[in-house]
Amino acid sequence: MSETLVFKRPDMLRNVGFHYCPGCTHGIIHRLIAECIEELGLSDKTIGVAPVGCSVLAYDYFNCDMQEAAHGRAPAVATGIKRVHEDACVFTYQGDGDLASIGTAEIIHAAARSENISVFFVNNAIYGMTGGQMAPTTLVGQKATTSPHGRNQKYAGMPIRMSEVMAAIEGAYYIERVMVVDVKSINNAKKAIKKSLQYQMEGKGFSMVEILSTCPTGWGMTPLDAVEWLKKDMVDYYPLGLIKEGN
Amino acid sequence: MGKVKFKEDACKGCRLCMSVCPKKILKIDETKVNPKGYHPVTCTDLNQCTGCTFCAVMCPDLIIEVYR
Ligand SMILES: Cc1ncc(C[n+]2csc(CCOP(=O)(O)OP(=O)(O)O)c2C)c(N)n1
Ligand code: SF4
Ligand code: SF4
Ligand code: SF4
Repeated sequence: MSETLVFKRPDMLRNVGFHYCPGCTHGIIHRLIAECIEELGLSDKTIGVAPVGCSVLAYDYFNCDMQEAAHGRAPAVATGIKRVHEDACVFTYQGDGDLASIGTAEIIHAAARSENISVFFVNNAIYGMTGGQMAPTTLVGQKATTSPHGRNQKYAGMPIRMSEVMAAIEGAYYIERVMVVDVKSINNAKKAIKKSLQYQMEGKGFSMVEILSTCPTGWGMTPLDAVEWLKKDMVDYYPLGLIKEGN
Repeated sequence: MGKVKFKEDACKGCRLCMSVCPKKILKIDETKVNPKGYHPVTCTDLNQCTGCTFCAVMCPDLIIEVYR
């Protein structure tokens, strides 16, 4: 009986193992982006911008030109790259500490200018790399090393829903929130990532896909418990689906 | 029918693949420890595998190849 390979690692990912913790869904998101680039025939014209955070080493994983940006500055770096290389497909990959905290100015103004780039925003509701501190996206009651009794709304305010903030900006063309916790949601996330890259190639302007992702280590949970917590608690506060399309 | 192949040495034993396998034929092999220090996942009954790819889609570390 002849066998066909029906699932394999995309060529857009270099053949090196990820350094991520067991069960961390950063790896799934890397694969989806790589597959979309490949399937759209953009492998030779893509330039990615990596963040500071657990995914700082993304430049080692994607098989295209990559540029590392200072913490939060990926949208500014991507702006420069895209303006010089108008035909290139330019994406940023950013965590919630990177995008929703230190890089808030850069992301908002990139959207305001409707820079023609795709932003992949990985929201895991915590600062993973630095050891699990509270992020602007940490849920009320969620424990972090800097909120050992859970985020206190009176003291730390409410978490920011970045996609809704970005959708209020005229220049944002496409904003969608997805998750990567099971086969169905992973397939949906892939559709959103692909759409964002397609819109960029059509010159539609700024788009952002927010991907809810787990951080089992920072959350102090097993990977399976983290998936369940994301599906219930995170989705409750960060509703999934299309937030804006067209401007 | 299908067939799954694991790059066993790179498995981190996270169990995410097990949670999505419709046939429930994946389990952690506690008799083995890979070079990363994890008990790797293994398939208990390849004859039942349909090659649906669910496990591979879920694996964050891309260590599963699926054949049909
Ligand atoms: C200018 C600057 N300030 C602070 C830091 C420390 N720092 C490194 S990663 C990080 C948080 C990253 O969190 P997030 O963006 O949510 O990504 P994750 O690690 O969770 O994937 C911080 C604060 C830094 N590297 N540079
Ligand atoms: S600390 Fe969290 S985000 Fe970072 S690799 Fe580990 S699980 Fe993933
Ligand atoms: S391909 Fe499908 S049936 Fe086979 S092990 Fe993976 S999830 Fe189970
Ligand atoms: S999802 Fe991947 S890394 Fe995790 S246990 Fe399964 S095969 Fe191993």
